Amino acid sequence: MSENKPLIHEFTKGILKENPVLCLVLGTCPTLAVTTGVSSALGMGIAATVVLVCSNSVISALRKVIPTKVRIPAYITIIAAFVTIVQMIVKAYAPTLNDALGVYLPLIVVNCIILGRAEMFASKNGIAASALDGLGMGIGFTAALFLMGSIREILGAGSWFGLSIPVISGCPILIFILPPGGFFVFGMLMAIANRLNSKPVKKPEEIGCAACPMHENCVKIANGEECGQL
Amino acid sequence: MEEKLIVSASPHIRTKTSTTTIMLDVIISLMPAAAASVIIFGFRALMIIADTVLAAVLAEYISRKIMKRENTVFDLSAVVTGLLLALNLPVGINPLFAAFGSVVAIVVVKQMFGGIGNNFVNPALTARIILLSSFPSAMTTWAKPFYYNEGAVDAVTCATPLALYANGQITPTKDLLLGTTGGCLGETCAVALIIGGVYLMLRRVISPVIPLTYLSVVALLSLLLGQNVIFELLSGGLLLGAFFMATDYTTSPITTKGKFVFAVGCGILTFLIRTFANLPEGVSFSILIMNILVPLIERATSPRPFGEKEGKL
Repeated sequence: MSENKPLIHEFTKGILKENPVLCLVLGTCPTLAVTTGVSSALGMGIAATVVLVCSNSVISALRKVIPTKVRIPAYITIIAAFVTIVQMIVKAYAPTLNDALGVYLPLIVVNCIILGRAEMFASKNGIAASALDGLGMGIGFTAALFLMGSIREILGAGSWFGLSIPVISGCPILIFILPPGGFFVFGMLMAIANRLNSKPVKKPEEIGCAACPMHENCVKIANGEECGQL
Repeated sequence: MEEKLIVSASPHIRTKTSTTTIMLDVIISLMPAAAASVIIFGFRALMIIADTVLAAVLAEYISRKIMKRENTVFDLSAVVTGLLLALNLPVGINPLFAAFGSVVAIVVVKQMFGGIGNNFVNPALTARIILLSSFPSAMTTWAKPFYYNEGAVDAVTCATPLALYANGQITPTKDLLLGTTGGCLGETCAVALIIGGVYLMLRRVISPVIPLTYLSVVALLSLLLGQNVIFELLSGGLLLGAFFMATDYTTSPITTKGKFVFAVGCGILTFLIRTFANLPEGVSFSILIMNILVPLIERATSPRPFGEKEGKL
């Protein structure tokens, strides 16, 4: 995978082309759950990014040591170790964020983006490539969460990072911070990402009248040489 | 001789019915309810109707333009959606919210899934539910009938018959028939809705299977559980839903058997929500849930071609 492509590709692909949430559709549960506010969304994204970079590097370093048969438990153990570290740091230095994220912070352990990257990428590639892949995926995840959190908080609560916005705060569209609104924003962002990633479609050439097998008869009927109706 | 004999391919018998004429019939059938709403709730009702219809038509035109698809404004389906949405709103709603509802109905529910004939749920109904969960207080503040005669600056509010019923108070049948109760613009006047529904059935725009089954299931369940049958039938959005929402071509089954199953489901859900759930009214939610089940109903009830062996597909 990384042999013929430059290392920077491993970093940039996670941001849009293989965005974990919007294109690979991984980690949708935290995406929908924590994006009711932009600050918790950003916190979740950063926490997951830190875990992703660390776990990807370590798993990549140990990829020749871990037996294939027990690789999943081994990956989970490594990921859980980093999640515990991150959780302790968040608890110590950002207790409000810890409260906002609640159960979703420890649940990063089973976040399928992290396990997915371990299985799909880190177990097959070198340390540098894996760390960059983790960073790119993490930033893509954070960016998607940030966008969703912003849209949902601005429209649904009339504020951004807790600061109220003059016009919208008067009549927020509540549905945006409810689950259906979350799914709606998620779908819209996925559609936009697909649009940005898709190559322009070439229009099929128009088939002219002359190419039609009925062309000859049509002309005869039009000229009144044969009876019938067009 | 040759002039009189026209050789042409089938079909030989054509009807003048088109999407536009069907939609026109629906608009005509909704006129009694719209007129009743203007009489009961005053000039503001007319303004809300104009607001949602205009917003729906504009949304349809602009979204088709942006998506580079052919202009479908003249099939009048957007007018019907806007009109139905207005009849599902309380009179005191902010016109901006109402217009937002129209845009959601047309752009999100209809055009994003491919326009007329491709939406999987009823656009007006979905817009109503989105408005209900977005602006819960504005959507449940009901103006008193003829409040505009009382000379008060702010509209005088009152509860809907179903909300009153939850508190043990039964609205007289005469008020339910004439619509002099609190409620959405178009749901209060039962007589106007029945006239519209009968017109649609006589014009064969809708088949009577869905509305009649829907209403009978609600009536039967009310009878079995000892509720006031007449009250259950005439109050809330049941008539509006049964005649105009549940019968939407795109979001109801094609076969008669399927229509029957669909309507029975609507009736049971409506009754369950009304009687046992926390909400006073459940017509919109039950139709929406059954809309989503339509593909499954279609699959179960599609007729098997003659001679086809079982398990062949």
